[in-house]
Amino acid sequence: MTSNLFNKVWDQHTVGTLPSGQTQLFIGLHLIHEVTSPQAFEMLRERKLKVMYPERTFATVDHIVPTDNQARPFADGLAEQMMSAIEVNCDEFGITLFDLKDDRQGIVHIVGPEEGLTQPGLTIACGDSHTSTHGAFGAIAFGIGTSQVAYVLATQTLAMNKPKVRRIEVTGELASGVYAKDVILYIIRQLGVKGGIGYAYEYAGEVFDRMNMEERMTVCNMSIEGGARCGYVNPDETTIEYLRGRPHVPQGDAFDKAADKWRALASGSDATFDDEVRFSADQIEPTVTWGINPAQSVGISENIPPVDEFPADEQTGVKEALEYMSLEAGKPIRGQKIDVAFIGSCTNGRISDLREAARIAEGNKVASGVKAIVVPGSQKILKQAESEGLHEIFQAAGFEWRAAGCSMCLAMNPDKLQGREVSASSSNRNFKGRQGSPTGRTLLMSPAMVTAAAIEGAVTDVREMLSPVTV
Amino acid sequence: MTRITQITGTGIPLLLDDIDTDRIIPARFLRCVSFEGIGEHAFKDDREQHAAHPFNLEHHADGSILVAGRNFGCGSSREHAPQSLMRWGVKAIIGESFAEIFFGNCTSLGVPCVTAERPALEALAKLIQADPPLEINLDLQAKEVRYADTIVPVDIAASAHEALVSGQWDFLSQLLDNKDAIRQTASRLPYMNASV
Repeated sequence: MTSNLFNKVWDQHTVGTLPSGQTQLFIGLHLIHEVTSPQAFEMLRERKLKVMYPERTFATVDHIVPTDNQARPFADGLAEQMMSAIEVNCDEFGITLFDLKDDRQGIVHIVGPEEGLTQPGLTIACGDSHTSTHGAFGAIAFGIGTSQVAYVLATQTLAMNKPKVRRIEVTGELASGVYAKDVILYIIRQLGVKGGIGYAYEYAGEVFDRMNMEERMTVCNMSIEGGARCGYVNPDETTIEYLRGRPHVPQGDAFDKAADKWRALASGSDATFDDEVRFSADQIEPTVTWGINPAQSVGISENIPPVDEFPADEQTGVKEALEYMSLEAGKPIRGQKIDVAFIGSCTNGRISDLREAARIAEGNKVASGVKAIVVPGSQKILKQAESEGLHEIFQAAGFEWRAAGCSMCLAMNPDKLQGREVSASSSNRNFKGRQGSPTGRTLLMSPAMVTAAAIEGAVTDVREMLSPVTV
Repeated sequence: MTRITQITGTGIPLLLDDIDTDRIIPARFLRCVSFEGIGEHAFKDDREQHAAHPFNLEHHADGSILVAGRNFGCGSSREHAPQSLMRWGVKAIIGESFAEIFFGNCTSLGVPCVTAERPALEALAKLIQADPPLEINLDLQAKEVRYADTIVPVDIAASAHEALVSGQWDFLSQLLDNKDAIRQTASRLPYMNASV
């Protein structure tokens, strides 16, 4: 019997046991951004502490960054103040910052992998719940609060309770038009938004084995939406080939030696888990949320379930969601009109997402009255997309082509919904008010489905655009 | 740090499920470099949309014990959420369950999040609505909530319980105590010896 990856990595990083019984866990990579770090640096100043391993922390700016006019000072004085704070803090404490002038800048969970900072076997923390993204590489990666950001800065460690590990296997093959986003929305729908509390999720089986790294990142990214603070995929040849040659990985022979160590971390076929669940890929179709949490979703060909089909203790929440969304139980989500289409975010703002969206957008037009924006997740993705001419395809179709940032995923920047607008969004949260208007409405779906909805002006089935139905 | 053993005050009934941190503190109020003043924005949008939101009601204005539902604090890791509740005046939260990151954030601020069975929460919330000045006591040491002549057993992760009641919830000092062990662990890790 061998240990699963989670336990191996956890044990390697255990410094000791604290008086509370928690594990003091060493953090191999710490990522910070402008929103959750300023108060942490202030804590360090108050206590006259230094950063213990400044070379293990990397900073970027993403949440507040405008995606249209990036001239400094920003029009928003508060955003400018936060930007200045991270510049001053990184300078004073000796931390590398990917600022707007640096072509490595982008969304924190996109630039870590892109630069090869994210590697198998690392423990990774960031003051951001979507840190689970980095688990795609076989790392233990989880979000933390600002006090904990200060702990990592000062000690490179955290006080943690060890979670249990649930293996989630998805067998079979995804149909055309069904994407990684649909897989994770399906899993969350099945296991619920709190199903993962106390667990790390290991995603295993044919579907994840076949996925490229960007797809695995989409899946791991949304682990937290299912309550699991961390989710991972075992490292394999796909992982290793993605990392080879990236700036921060070992180079030459040293890379192959590191790769051998990474392979050895993977959960063996006889590894044990605290829980195991299994799903079949053929049950998954393009998925769209109808409610105000990411588990409230349906397949595109389904109707929103009647309220009485939900467990009794969920019905109040379901009614609240339907009322907020102005949607009716028993009706399809297909055909729901949209006002805004958003392609981007740490969930789905990578080059493969943009390529797939462009493939669908090409030769089509965004429906009149729909505001559609494409926001690459990083400056490098933006450049890559432009070198492939994707921006021209989007612009010709009527999408706005923006600079890298978090944009309308959480709307801490000028990109926001207005009033009761309905957004088809490739992001990760459909919470009330999430996209910047306190009454705005979000329908989560894959970037391909967002593109299809933008063209149609309403939620539709992207599969019909990919392979026209022959009668 | 202060030992947190007894918290006594009046309640705020908010027995809803899956209350996410965007609702507790909408993202636009995260545009700040200090947590000062963030308390006034707690549940800002919910309060504006619902006059009857418990955080709007004068008779709950001094409430310090929040009664919550299931998966409270899910979503974003923003510590701004517990910071805003704490600065609003919340000293403890009794709920059916808590999202993990939120729970950890609260513990590091000295705000205990304890769990109780749903029927007990429903009874308590109802009683607070009927009798807002009702005095509620959380005996964290004994893991009990007491009000009127009722005693409700509550639970909390053993590590958080130990940290709070022993006054050792300033994890930073504890972590700093082990700098030598941290360096030893670092020296064993393969990637620490390679170039980054």
